[in-house]
Amino acid sequence: MTDDTHGEIVLRVNDVTHRLLVDNRTTLLDALREGIGHTGSKKGCDRGQCGACTVLCDGRRVVSCLTLAVAAEGAEITTIEGLAGDGELRPIQREFVRLDGFQCGYCTSGQLCSAVGMLAEHAAGWPSAVTADVSPDAPAPELDAAEVRERMSGNLCRCGAYPSIVRAVLSAAREEVAG
Amino acid sequence: MKEFAYRRATEVRDALTLVAAGDGARYLGGGTNLVDLMKTGVEAPARLVDVRFLPLDGVREAADGGLVIGATTTNSDAAAHPEVRRRYPALSEAILAGASGQLRNMATVGGNLLQRTRCGYFADPSQACNKRVPGSGCAAIAGEHHNHAVLGWSRHCAATHASDMAVAMAAFDAVVHYETLDGPGELPLAEFYPPVGDTPDRETALPPGALITAIALPGSAVSPRSRYRKVRERASYAFATVSIAADLDVRTGSARIALGGVASRPWRARRAEAVLREGPLTADRFRAAADAELSAAEPLPGNGYKVTLARNLIVAVLTELADRAPA
Ligand SMILES: Cc1cc2nc3c(=O)[nH]c(=O)nc-3n(C[C@H](O)[C@H](O)[C@H](O)COP(=O)(O)OP(=O)(O)OC[C@H]3O[C@@H](n4cnc5c(N)ncnc54)[C@H](O)[C@@H]3O)c2cc1C
Ligand code: FES
Ligand code: FES
Repeated sequence: MTDDTHGEIVLRVNDVTHRLLVDNRTTLLDALREGIGHTGSKKGCDRGQCGACTVLCDGRRVVSCLTLAVAAEGAEITTIEGLAGDGELRPIQREFVRLDGFQCGYCTSGQLCSAVGMLAEHAAGWPSAVTADVSPDAPAPELDAAEVRERMSGNLCRCGAYPSIVRAVLSAAREEVAG
Repeated sequence: MKEFAYRRATEVRDALTLVAAGDGARYLGGGTNLVDLMKTGVEAPARLVDVRFLPLDGVREAADGGLVIGATTTNSDAAAHPEVRRRYPALSEAILAGASGQLRNMATVGGNLLQRTRCGYFADPSQACNKRVPGSGCAAIAGEHHNHAVLGWSRHCAATHASDMAVAMAAFDAVVHYETLDGPGELPLAEFYPPVGDTPDRETALPPGALITAIALPGSAVSPRSRYRKVRERASYAFATVSIAADLDVRTGSARIALGGVASRPWRARRAEAVLREGPLTADRFRAAADAELSAAEPLPGNGYKVTLARNLIVAVLTELADRAPA
């Protein structure tokens, strides 16, 4: 049935086109997990507070639990399932594994997608709340632990793996942006 | 969640018509506040009109040397814009102090202005709240109110406005531009949020169905050394307990000061500004300015700390601005 409150939408996820019949109330997170079967994006709070559901929309990190699936139509969505290249982990994934950037892993897909988006924001010269001088004439903020912690503060980790998450992000930063 | 229809508008007139036509139709920006509140039933629109595809995106130069920020510009893009950072750094800092990287990428500046309070009783439909259900009472005044207002509240509602961005906008005398089916209009930020009085449900002076199209920052408010400082219960990703946007011209004593987290709207500290104009800018005068502003404070039993905090924050930021002033 298609009426004002339901309808068919087309979602582009990890370069694949999916046609889905959705109720307009469906979030992007539920469409990904239940409609498409990509269960890598996690539902921690469903209220925009934890970051476990983070995906990239047209290259920018967003929380998929507050994004309506209908509102995501037309965007290029990248989930954790699409983050790696052909059979090979990307630098950020490899460094999370190497440096123990997780314990239970529940927050990890969100941390990884968020880190990819965050590193692109930093590379574009965006300041953060801990940047001493936001003026465009000041030197671009160097990515240090304080910057990483602030920029990743939208991703909570119940296991408290933060120290190794910060290490992994810093360790992968240069390669991620160059690659 | 109640069922709703979803429409994308690509022209302002279509958006206005779609909202005017439908009972309970609402504009949808990033959805970071509206969708959240729909999940708990605080908001239950019958139709959402997505405004993100309207030609209202981006920051442009204004003839008076100021900037005009389109309503659908994301919080991220507004904060990262080089001219916002150069001319109104406190605005960039205020936006960056709010929410998270993900949320700022979604949120629009129009939606940010209209975000609802974070009062826990407002967010819980089982509780009395005059803002949500006029006439039902205010559970916060006798209840948990450590993060509620100390200035300008009424016995009908003590909720605070949650936006960081709006605090800087208030300091800079921003002007909100909107469209209606009867034509365009504008509201200075000082008139945008009416006093609470006995109508806490009336949160803005916008006419019904109005679409915010832009927020203009006047050229006369360009303040390249302005600062935003936010005190919160953890280092990041939390709403303000008290915050301040400020600029100070040490030669004239002319200042712009607005406080967040203390009232139902961003609180322009005009009394403090008046004391500073009387000069000279000594440490005593900074304290006198802060005292003058906070003399009107009426804390609730559980939030008196905010008065001290606001006073200290005013003095600290004025001191910092004076210390950093070019000789
Ligand atoms: C976990 C979390 C933490 C947060 N922390 C902070 C914080 O620390 N500081 C802070 O300031 N904010 C914070 N926020 C709030 C966030 O800034 C707002 O939710 C956001 O700015 C709202 O913008 P939006 O575009 O998503 O609005 P929406 O949710 O889309 O809309 C909000 C309201 O504005 C209306 N609207 C939207 N656009 C227009 C328009 N052009 N014209 C007329 N009406 C319009 C909608 O109808 C709705 O009523 C937080 C939010 C969350 C979820
Ligand atoms: S599940 Fe989306 S932010 Fe927590
Ligand atoms: S690894 Fe368990 S929540 Fe982060």
